[in-house]
Amino acid sequence: MMSFMKGRVLVVDDDTALAEMLGIVLRGEGFEPSFVADGDKALAAFRETKPDLVLLDLMLPGRDGIEVCRLIRAESGVPIVMLTAKSDTVDVVVGLESGADDYIVKPFKPKELVARIRARLRRSEEPAPEQLAIGDLVIDVAGHSVKRDGQSIALTPLEFDLLVALARKPWQVFTREVLLEQVWGYRHAADTRLVNVHVQRLRSKVEKDPERPEIVVTVRGVGYKAGPS
Amino acid sequence: MTGDSAAAAPGRTGARPERPVGRKSAGSRWGRFLEGGLLQGGVQGSPVLRLLLRWVRRPLLPVMRLWRRNIQLKVVVTTLLMSLGVVLLLGFVVIGQVRNGLLDAKVKASQSQATGGFAAAKQRAEEVAAGTADDGSTTDERFHQNVSSWMTELVSSLSSGGQGAFEVVTLPASAGSDSGGRGRRGSGLVDPTASVPEALRERIDSATGAFQSYTRIVYLSAAHKDSQPALVIGKQVNDPNDDPYQLYYLFPLTQEEKSLSLVKGTLATAGLFVVVLLGAIAWLVVRQVVTPVRMAAGIAERLSAGRLQERMKVTGEDDIARLGEAFNKMAQNLQLKIQQLEDLSRMQRRFVSDVSHELRTPLTTVRMAADVIHEAREDFDPVTARSAELLADQLDRFESLLADLLEISRFDAGAAALEAEPIDLREVVRRVVSGAEPLADRKGTEIRIVGDQQPIVAEADARRVERVLRNLVVNAVEHGEGRDVVVKLASAGGAVAVAVRDYGVGLKPGEATRVFSRFWRADPARARTTGGTGLGLSIALEDARLHGGWLQAWGEPGGGSQFRLTLPRTADEPLRGSPIPLEPKDSRRNRGLNDAGLPRGGSEKAATVPAQPGGDQAPAMPSRDPIAPRLGSAAVPKADPTALPGNGARVVPRPASGARHHDDPPGEAEPPSEEAGQNEDSSRHGEASRGR
Repeated sequence: MMSFMKGRVLVVDDDTALAEMLGIVLRGEGFEPSFVADGDKALAAFRETKPDLVLLDLMLPGRDGIEVCRLIRAESGVPIVMLTAKSDTVDVVVGLESGADDYIVKPFKPKELVARIRARLRRSEEPAPEQLAIGDLVIDVAGHSVKRDGQSIALTPLEFDLLVALARKPWQVFTREVLLEQVWGYRHAADTRLVNVHVQRLRSKVEKDPERPEIVVTVRGVGYKAGPS
Repeated sequence: MTGDSAAAAPGRTGARPERPVGRKSAGSRWGRFLEGGLLQGGVQGSPVLRLLLRWVRRPLLPVMRLWRRNIQLKVVVTTLLMSLGVVLLLGFVVIGQVRNGLLDAKVKASQSQATGGFAAAKQRAEEVAAGTADDGSTTDERFHQNVSSWMTELVSSLSSGGQGAFEVVTLPASAGSDSGGRGRRGSGLVDPTASVPEALRERIDSATGAFQSYTRIVYLSAAHKDSQPALVIGKQVNDPNDDPYQLYYLFPLTQEEKSLSLVKGTLATAGLFVVVLLGAIAWLVVRQVVTPVRMAAGIAERLSAGRLQERMKVTGEDDIARLGEAFNKMAQNLQLKIQQLEDLSRMQRRFVSDVSHELRTPLTTVRMAADVIHEAREDFDPVTARSAELLADQLDRFESLLADLLEISRFDAGAAALEAEPIDLREVVRRVVSGAEPLADRKGTEIRIVGDQQPIVAEADARRVERVLRNLVVNAVEHGEGRDVVVKLASAGGAVAVAVRDYGVGLKPGEATRVFSRFWRADPARARTTGGTGLGLSIALEDARLHGGWLQAWGEPGGGSQFRLTLPRTADEPLRGSPIPLEPKDSRRNRGLNDAGLPRGGSEKAATVPAQPGGDQAPAMPSRDPIAPRLGSAAVPKADPTALPGNGARVVPRPASGARHHDDPPGEAEPPSEEAGQNEDSSRHGEASRGR
């Protein structure tokens, strides 16, 4: 477990008190936090600190959180966890669609936050060399790469995890709840919109025609499963 | 026909068995038909008759409907009928006057003509009589021949003066003998006897003087002429022998009849035209009034459908235009007010959202700080450590209160959206039950699930349904006094239901409705073991409403309570009933026990699936009143009062013994989940459910 205790976390939040408190909690848990309060400076800070994870408040002066999220996602697959005060459908979905991996609603408990961060930072320790096939894709789990006809497809770690989870058991239909537990690490029912949005994002990258998915197939009323190889 | 309902029919037929199915008396049947059937819409008696009635009424119904709904038709038909009446009346008066005028003139002319004729006949007879008196030697036979030829000559000479304007007929006086050639004679091939009415002959016989009458001239077959109306004037005249005979003048009225029928025809044509034109005018005039009214009705409908920018077209300055102007002003004001309210609502929602954000950020900091302090409390002195605990606990409570308040305000603002998809309620129930296990373990309660053999699928928002059920189960465990809690699932018809039954303190009379009120506490004096916000059931009720479902409570003091969530199987289907009776089978009443828990005499009452009287009952329970939310939607039950939504609280006094009865149907006990043990904060759900 010590392997991911060291993690650089970029906190993008304009509320200094909260940022400081987040710093206290994160340091207490062994993370290395760095801070930026302005949306316009967030991208520069990101490039400079090269964090392992970004904690991003949605309401920011300057560029808003959604925009910052989009910019970071454009150049990196680093996990992004949104902090939001609004759990209303639109805000959360827009945030997820702009590239955030997960979100956490204020007010949250420190333990909750740390669990979310850890779940995002967790990589299976020393993954065994494993080759998976799903549709016409070849997945190298240890090498963290997905290839179609030798062409590699860039996926964020979360999208990669999602794809691997489906590909490991192609015979199984995964409910959204099961995926939430396996990929996001939620033990109890959480927002199934997380799954819906990220399946859409994954499809837009790996499917030949996202309108007619062949890799990640929807099973109506149940969930998702891997398409036939 | 006082007892016109169907319920009265069997008694009647029993009392009067001789009442025939097909009675011969058509009159009484029609009487009944009109009295009971056609007018009042229902008929008792034979089914054949009823069938016939329905058969007769059916084609009439659309017409009657049109009549009731169409004012234009009403006015036009009324105008037609009334103008037809007026025209007919006028026609009869005019025709009567024309006829009288025509006949009066004719009668006067005829009378003078006839008087002249009678005088001439008398004179001639006297001349001949004087002649024969001079002769003196003529025998009777000769004279008879003379009289005969004299009369023939008289008739022809008299009639020749009229040139067809009249005919002359002689008839023998019935008092005298028919001999002597004074028989029937008629000019112009008139049949003398048939043309003169018998009554007139008798009057002339009985009195001297001229009499008149109307008749028809009948011609001999040789004439090949149809009979025609005529005026006949007759008088008794003496022939040269001083014997009486009857002389008639017949004046044909053909010309007058022709004139009259011409007038009749003209009048009829004119009347018809007038009636039709009046109808058309009425139609046009009514249309002028009705068209704007209809337009107003249509626009009012569109307004009420939410298209607030609709306006009437206004032309001119008449009353209709005033109506249009007033209507438009009303619509304008309505639109303004609605817009204001919408703005207000939007502002309110915005405000709530902003407050939410502004409150939550500092709360997050406080919360994290409190947790850090709480974690380190072992290093503090006891007072500070306890303070840290209190701080953390109360922050939890504050947080859930805030979350619930925001959730309620979202419902109040109408901003809550249903994300329904087909879900299996068994999974939701299992999740909820496993989440409540830690609390149940602490209370020593066993939670059992019944009726989960088959999938119970409904279109619902899993998050909301789970929130509702979590609330119900946690409440049941909390108030269950350590006794078992049974979660029952069922589906039937278009509905699915989950009932949560506990055997705890139960509910006092009237509390079954009040439990859903905001911030309501069952017993303010009772110590609260777990912190609830007092909004949990209110939110649960709103969640159920959002689904178009019901959330109802039943309870008896000391006998526990049952909360039932009923959802329609598909989201847009109205609920008609629930598969689970609100009052459980093992309630005291249903087990035939009295309030003290002792057996009651003989009244075995089976709990039935309550057929909720649907119809006028709005399934979505549109009332937003938090105090009596479900009473308004409840129709009056006929059979089972417990089937009534919101009337679940039985008025059962507190029992003497706290005897507990167990005859629940067998169910599988959910094995305690491994994960559930880690749900450390399930204890603080309490009454509240936490909205996200």
